[in-house]
This record gives sequence, structure tokens and C-alpha cells, in this order.
Amino acid sequence: MDPARAKRSSWLNDQRVRGLAYQILLLAVIATLASGAIYNAVVNMRARGVPMGFGFWNDVAGFDINLHLINYSNLSTYGRAFWVGFLNTLLIGIICIPLATLLGFVIGVARLSPNWLLSRFALVYTSVMRNTPLLLLLLFWYNAVLKSLPGPRQSISIGDVVFLNNRGLYLPMPVARDSAVWFLGTVVAAIVSAVGFHVWARWRQDRTGAQMPTVLVAAALIPGLSAIVTAVAGAPFGFDLARLSGFNLKGGLQIIPEMAALVFGLVTFTAAFIAEIVRAGVLAVPFGQNEAAGALGLHRGLSMRLVVIPQAMRLITPPLTSQYLNIVKNSSLAVFIGYPDLVQIFAGTVLNQTQAAVQVMAITMAVYLVISLTVATALNAFNARYALNGR
Amino acid sequence: MSLASLAYVREAPEPEEAPPILSSGALAWARANLFSSIGSSFVTIGCVALIAYLLPQLAAWATTRAIWSASDGAVCRQHQDGACWAFVITKWDYLRFGSYPAAERWRVNVAEAIGAALIIWLLWINAPRRVWAAFLFFVVYPILALILLRGSSWFGLPIVDTQLWGGIFVSLLTAVVGIVFSLPLGVLLALGRRSPLPAIRLASVLFIEFVRGVPFITILFMANNLLPLFVPETWTPDRLLRPLAGIVIFSAAYMAEEVRGGLQSLGRGQYEAAMALGLSYARMTALVVLPQALSLVIPGIVNNFIGLFMDTTLISVVGATDFLEAMNNAIKDPIWAGPTIMVTGYVFAGIFYFVFCFGMARYSAHIERVLAKGRK
Repeated sequence: MDPARAKRSSWLNDQRVRGLAYQILLLAVIATLASGAIYNAVVNMRARGVPMGFGFWNDVAGFDINLHLINYSNLSTYGRAFWVGFLNTLLIGIICIPLATLLGFVIGVARLSPNWLLSRFALVYTSVMRNTPLLLLLLFWYNAVLKSLPGPRQSISIGDVVFLNNRGLYLPMPVARDSAVWFLGTVVAAIVSAVGFHVWARWRQDRTGAQMPTVLVAAALIPGLSAIVTAVAGAPFGFDLARLSGFNLKGGLQIIPEMAALVFGLVTFTAAFIAEIVRAGVLAVPFGQNEAAGALGLHRGLSMRLVVIPQAMRLITPPLTSQYLNIVKNSSLAVFIGYPDLVQIFAGTVLNQTQAAVQVMAITMAVYLVISLTVATALNAFNARYALNGR
Repeated sequence: MSLASLAYVREAPEPEEAPPILSSGALAWARANLFSSIGSSFVTIGCVALIAYLLPQLAAWATTRAIWSASDGAVCRQHQDGACWAFVITKWDYLRFGSYPAAERWRVNVAEAIGAALIIWLLWINAPRRVWAAFLFFVVYPILALILLRGSSWFGLPIVDTQLWGGIFVSLLTAVVGIVFSLPLGVLLALGRRSPLPAIRLASVLFIEFVRGVPFITILFMANNLLPLFVPETWTPDRLLRPLAGIVIFSAAYMAEEVRGGLQSLGRGQYEAAMALGLSYARMTALVVLPQALSLVIPGIVNNFIGLFMDTTLISVVGATDFLEAMNNAIKDPIWAGPTIMVTGYVFAGIFYFVFCFGMARYSAHIERVLAKGRK
């Protein structure tokens, strides 16, 4: 720099010095706030006799949970209760994500339908769902619908197979028989060979251009072989039906009303958002792509499958993933209707019993953060693989 | 050959024939949009049947079979096939104000009227002096509303404890507090996230991604359980202030991402031109960048506000009485309790939220169209 100029402008106006000063100032403010908060927290927690460490993790919880995928009783530890809640949160995610995707795609396609009435129906559905709070939907389904159903003795039943009453939804529970091993083995073998055939057909098509009916072969192999095994070895599964005994239904697969309401509410709510994403994605593919596919001689189904959908998926996937994360995060509304998820058990009951608010909240938030970050990383990997390259 | 000897001469064009009946008008429209194929026709018939079956029943439930006036729930419990609007009418004051003392409710009305006027001024795209509206709404109005609602001995307004606040008033208050504080905070975070200074960028990114990665309920739990621990014992933050702090933190992160979108869509030339004029960072941001970026993201901000308004229903988890919680309380009143009342209450709440949010969504779509016109 020109020495005369350097003298004229004070170092106070140097951008680098100023930048450094701003950053140091910010860090100092954050450090002051954080240390103040920590100091206050320690003082306040001591004064209230709140446990400071994670020792409560191995203490006996002493409360019951009405839905647990792993062994749990009121003699189990708080740590065990955490895992029960965590698995219940994942369970809701695993059930709701495929259902919401399916319903969302159906409504999204209905929204795009050339049938005016059908597309209006889909529009009304998405408008209502997107402009109503999820909590209101959950309370409506739980309090006004499921809890108002008749008791077990007056259950609503569909052909004495499926029962619905105010204690939940009862489905037939599949029970494996001796031949189930054979059956499952055959199904796996059929799927493996269908996939193998598909790979071989692809390889052959790449080299010769000749196509093989892979879908037909798969459709023949999997149900066909299953049917043969069932005919030879007998039915692989029996079904345990719910029966009325005394004042309650016994047996079957009971889905507690809290879970039914949560799944129903989350699926119908999220499906509206997914439908809008699907619609926007398909509409964003230029119509020329459709015409080009037609000019190449592809009929409507093929041009959808090979040209439009792959391009739309690139636009649909990122917002779709954030909807999946929303399902997991929104499942925390379970706390309002008493479904035992992570927030209800851990940030609710465990926090109240142990008073260890800082530790419990830190663990709860860490779980959601880990889920969010994992999914975000996976999404970035997907985007890197399928993003438009070149051009 | 003369003209007169010809047997027939066309002197004017023939009048146009009407188009074939199936190619224009209502019939053609119906053929193209309702009966374009066999499948489509079945779908149409199914939809019409569904409407014909459901609509009269719903209409009768809401109007002719509904109970419009009753002193308690007995009549509604007898007539279970109609809505019980009498319940909503009787409980209206509670749903509106919660337990706010009846003699002081005019203060809520005044505060809401001023807020509504300012919001209309802000959102009306061609209104004069919108900068004033912004100043009044974001700076003057919060102080004025606090004095009005909470009360102040200086102005001779009796103090009303926040424990008594409730109903629609608290829902609106929460949403407005959320937007008034989270928008400026969100703008700062968005600028921070695009700052060239690494410490400021890192702090902004960490805050935004942390808040967006966890459910709103856990932020509310944190505000309710941890905030009192993090401040000196003597402060004991107000029970309503805690969820409000939570909603500001939560909403700021989402606002920041919205504003960042606006900042990103601004051309580099704008920054370069501002720098060439010798503007400092602060002046460049205030005079060139933000005015353009913020008006671009008005639709996004409104959509965020809709989400914020629906999320206010969750504050009842930490003991605040918003509209939905007030409705829940009213439904449980033993004088009224009954299945019809529950359904009526939730339907009414649904209509309330729908009208509010759908109206905002229409406004946001309208602004989007106006902005798109300008940019074409």
C-alpha cells in the first residue's frame, strides 16, 4: 500500500481490524451470557436440590407405560423409559411416513387430474388441512371421535374381524404356523430371483436393445411361488382374532386410541403438504418434455415413468424429506393426547419426577437433532448423486 | 353477361352457424373436464353422489337441526343430531378474553383494534408512508399494548395478572409478539449467516439449525423449565412470558431462512453498485439490500406467520390459555359437557383458524402475483 495513504487512514477504519473486533465482541457477549446462565443454573439447582449429574438415569422410574416395544415395567429405570419413548417416537415415524407419502401422492395426482370435480375435491382437502392446526385435528380425532365410541361390549365390528371401540382398534394378529419358515424362505427366494432377472434383463437390454417382460416375470414369480408353497405346506399364518371376554376384548392386535388418533391426524395433515409438493414438482417439469417423449413414440404411461417422474423427483425429494422430518418432530404433539412418545415420557414424566430439567431437555433435543442431521446428510448425498450435472 | 341476368348473387356473407353443441359452452366444458373418459365419468358420478349425500346432512347439522339458544347443555344432549351453537354463543366472552376481568375488557378491544389498523396499513401494498407503519407497529405498538393490557398505575389502569389472560386474545397476542420480535431477530440472523466474518456466520448457523432441528414443543419446555433456572432467582419470569420467549426463538430461526432466500435472490450488482457509491455496510444493508430483499419475501413472511399462528395452539402445553385451550376448558364445563358440544366446539375452532389462515394465505398468493408481475 502507498505509505502516504496508509498514514492517512487510521487503523480504526481497516476492515480486517473492524471485522475482528465485531467477532470478538460477539464471542464476548455470548460467553458472558452463557457463563451467567450456567452460574445461575448451578446456584438455582443447588438451592432447589435438583440433581446435577446423570445419576438419575439408573434410578427406578416407578411409572407404567401403556405401549412399550421392549420389556418395561414400573420397576425399570429412567434410562429404560427413555428407550421406550424413543422407540415409540420412531414407531410413529415408521408407520406415518409411508402412509402419508401414499396418501399425499394420491391426492397430489388427484389435484392434477383432468377431472375438474376431482381436482376441486383435492384442492378443498389440501386447503382445509393446511389451514387447520394439527393439534386441533388430533384433539378432534382423539376426544370427539375415538373417545366417544361405544365401549367394548358395543364395539363397532367389521365382519367380527376388525373391532373399534373406545379402548382402541383391534386387528387380527398374524400368528406364525410351522410352515411359516418355508413360506418366508420361498418369498425371499422369489424376490431375489426376480431382482436377479431384472438385473440380467437390464444388462441384456444395454447390449442388445431387446426388452424382457421383467414386471410380468416378477408378478408371476412372487405370488405364484407363494401360492404353490401355501398349497403344498398349508397356510403359513393363522390369525388371532379379538374376542369379547367379560367387559373387554381379549387377543388380537390392539392399537391404543392415542396411537390411532396420532397416526390418523399426522397422516391426513402431512399428506396435504406432500400433495402440494408432488403437484408443484410435476408441474415444474416443462411440458416440452412430455411432447418430446411423445415424439419419441413413448405412450403416456411410459413418458410419465421414464421422463416426467424422474425429473419431478429431483424437485420433490428435498421438500419431501423435510416433510418426513416434520412428521418426526410433529409426533411430539403426542404429549397432548397421551401417546407415550419421547417427549411425553422423557421430557414430561421423567422431567417432573427427577426435576433434572437441564439434563433431560439436553438429551431430548439431542435425539431430535441427531435424527434431523442424519436425514439432512442423507439428503445432501442424494442431491449430490442426482443433481443436474453439467449444463 | 350482365349482373342482372344472374339468377342468384351473394351480396352479404351468410350469418355464421352456431358451433356444434359439443364444442363450446357448458356442455363442451363438461365433456372436457368431467366426462373426458369412462374412468373420469365414473369419478364425476362418484363425486356428485358424495356431495349429494353429505352436503345436505352437513348443512342441516349446522343450521336447521342446530340448537341456537339454550341456558345449559340439557337440550343439546337431547338433540344429538345437530350442532350446539348455543354453547359457543354462551361461552363467547370466555373464548374471546379468557378470565380477563369483564370491566377491563375494553382495553383488549382497543389494543386489538390499533394492532389490526397497523397491520392493514403494513400489508396494504400501495399505502402511503409504510415505513411509519413499520416503525409504529414494531416499536411503538408493543409498548403501548403492554401498558394497555398489563395495566400501569401511571395511567390509572389497574394491573391485570397474565394468569387471567386467555382465549382468542392470547392467540393473537402470541402471534403478534412472535412476528414483532422474530422478524428483526430473523433479519439479523439471516445477515449473520451471509456475513464474511466466520465467528458471526458460525453463531448464526448454529442457532438456526439447532432451532429448526428440534420440535417446537421442546423449545417451549425449554423456555418453561430452563429459563427460570438460567436467570437470577429473584427474576422468576412471568408464566406467559416464557412461552412468548419460546415462540420468538422458534420463529426467528424460520424467519431467518425466509429472509435469507430474499437476500440470495438479490443480484450481485446491487451490492457492487452500493459499494461503488461508497456506502458503508450498515447503509448498504439498510438502504439498498433490505428494502428489496424484504419486499420480495413478504409472501414467505406471511406464510410463516400462518404457521406461527397455528403453532400458538401448542403454548397450552406450558399452561397458557390460548383459544384452543379455552375451547378445551369450555367443553369440559359440566353444565354443558356432551358429545355434540365437543364436536361443535372443535368445528367452531376449526372454522376460526381456517378463516384466519386461509385469508392470510390468499393475501400472500395475491402479493406473490403482484411481485411476479413487477419482475417479469
